[in-house]
Amino acid sequence: MSNKLIDLSNISKAYGGHTVLDELNLYIRENEFLTLLGPSGCGKTTTLRIIGGFETPDSGQVIFDGQDITHLPPNKRQLNTVFQKYALFSHMSVAENIAFGLKIKNKSRQYIDDKIKYALKLVNLEGYENRSPESLSGGQQQRIAIARAIVNEPKVLLLDEPLGALDLKLRQDMQYELIRMKKELGITFVYVTHDQEEALTMSDTIVVMNQGYIQQIGTPEKIYNEPENAFVADFIGDSNILPGIMVEDRLVNILGATFQCVDEGFGKNTPVDVVIRPEDVDLVKPEDGTIRGVVTHLIFKGVHYEMEVTANNYEWLVHSYEMFPVGTEVGIRVVPFDIQIMNKPISEDEEAVNLEA
Amino acid sequence: MKRRRLLAGPYLFWSVSFIIIPLFLIVWYGLTSADGGFTLQNIAKITTPENLKALGLSLLLAFLCTVICLLLAYPLAMILSQSSLSQSSFIVLIFILPMWMNFLLRTLAWQTLLEKNGVINQVLALLHLPAIDIINTPYAIVLGMVYDFLPFMVLPIYNVLVKLDQDMVNAARDLGANSVQTFLKIILPQSVPGIISGITMVFVPAMTTFVISDLLGGGKVLLIGNVIEQTFKQGNNWNLGSGLSLVLMVFVIASMGIVNKYDKDETGGAF
Ligand SMILES: Nc1ncnc2c1ncn2[C@@H]1O[C@H](COP(=O)(O)OP(=O)(O)O)[C@@H](O)[C@H]1O
Ligand SMILES: [Mg+2]
Repeated sequence: MSNKLIDLSNISKAYGGHTVLDELNLYIRENEFLTLLGPSGCGKTTTLRIIGGFETPDSGQVIFDGQDITHLPPNKRQLNTVFQKYALFSHMSVAENIAFGLKIKNKSRQYIDDKIKYALKLVNLEGYENRSPESLSGGQQQRIAIARAIVNEPKVLLLDEPLGALDLKLRQDMQYELIRMKKELGITFVYVTHDQEEALTMSDTIVVMNQGYIQQIGTPEKIYNEPENAFVADFIGDSNILPGIMVEDRLVNILGATFQCVDEGFGKNTPVDVVIRPEDVDLVKPEDGTIRGVVTHLIFKGVHYEMEVTANNYEWLVHSYEMFPVGTEVGIRVVPFDIQIMNKPISEDEEAVNLEA
Repeated sequence: MKRRRLLAGPYLFWSVSFIIIPLFLIVWYGLTSADGGFTLQNIAKITTPENLKALGLSLLLAFLCTVICLLLAYPLAMILSQSSLSQSSFIVLIFILPMWMNFLLRTLAWQTLLEKNGVINQVLALLHLPAIDIINTPYAIVLGMVYDFLPFMVLPIYNVLVKLDQDMVNAARDLGANSVQTFLKIILPQSVPGIISGITMVFVPAMTTFVISDLLGGGKVLLIGNVIEQTFKQGNNWNLGSGLSLVLMVFVIASMGIVNKYDKDETGGAF
């Protein structure tokens, strides 16, 4: 993971006056698994289509391997795309689909045959050469779409919600398959998803987007443990996002109670947002807690119990291996390290966060 | 179950009385002589020189008309399918508008336009250009056919093209195909079903028309449709008319068979 392979600088795009991307800056390193993550409509596909060449930005540049490719047509770019709805050529067999790009490049018959074999083996669909794409299941079609792309030996593979249409079990299997393929191929993946679990599982780097702005760029651990703002905290996993006041360094007032924390440099008596993950909320005896509350909901989730605790007029979401029946009076305690302090957003579209991954 | 059969009733009545019985009558008349005995004479009459000439001319003109319609319709359908909704509905309107006018009237209009002293030649004379003299020739008939049947070619092709998955086109580009290769390898094969139904919808009426050839051929150019019409109306010979109709029907069905077989050969090819 060394040099920048793709560099998007100041990319803006609007459709009929509606701004979809606003001054977006992002670079992608060689051999990185980078995921664009965000709610539907936030501009992930548009970003990918700009990289792929199916869309031209209104302003800004796309640099690929040091060259400006902003206006280069897709067929001249050294990257390939796996489309969300597969987009297999229904009038061709599986083998013809995979051979398409190679035939265009006038590769020899022998080379093409070898590549087809190799690709089908890579996606675990050996012997499917003569099937028609329509006779395959969704998961199989997805694999063929991947095979069709990777035989061209692209430097970058763009994948737009490739697992979106698959059921949960198959999706999980395919996540591991994709990670394996990426390792085997040793190329860069740019992956689009709105599924935060998928992003956390697969990526080297996650780019969280909302409304055309990048909210945060970082490793999955960093994004999960240290969300930079309330949107990221809310979008990545369940969390308690509480209004707080930073009393001084390492001391925050949450809902009227004072908690120890580890953050510094917010100034004195500054309003902030506080993120506490549900698994970081410790339920203890009422007299031992920083705040007291009452359990109002209880669900068994398999591995853990999910509870709601009403304390100081806030519904705390709590995950715990211990069960506290509804109505139990409990105390709430949080280890200083597990309290994440964030600046309050200044305005709606302040959200664009400069990258420092 | 009973309900459904009840619903099918009117359709059943319709198809029996207006499709099956007339078809049966044509077969019956075609295979019998005036006195009611079985004969193949009516069918064999297709081999007389005049009838063969009419049949051959019909095939040729219908073929020409279909090819011209296809060449005109495909680019148009592509432009339509790619333009925005407001633009395309305007263009569609321009094309559909004439269709709301009776097709006899439209053909008559061409007669007036093409006449020796018709509108076109008057304009040409005004510009000191040589007059064109194609009324009452096969050219005028092909012109009328193309004008009348073009929308039937445009619409089915337009329909497949607007439904074409745009990402399939993008995928071809992504895999290195330029726009010409993308058209030849993806868009054209994908639109074959529309082309086939367009060909069917143009070729069949062009092959069997007698009105267009009547109005623009001035009775000087006989197509097989005219021959059959005259046999029924002037000759009042229902047996011969039916016999020739049967032959025409066989030709139409055979042509469609060839088109469909070609379609399967093209798209179902193994790697
Ligand atoms: N071709 C287009 N024309 C008009 N609006 C578009 C077009 N493509 C995308 N949009 C709009 O841009 C926004 C972002 O879309 P997209 O990038 O597809 O989001 P995502 O992939 O994150 O769900 C959406 O509001 C969408 O409606
Ligand atoms: Mg999308």
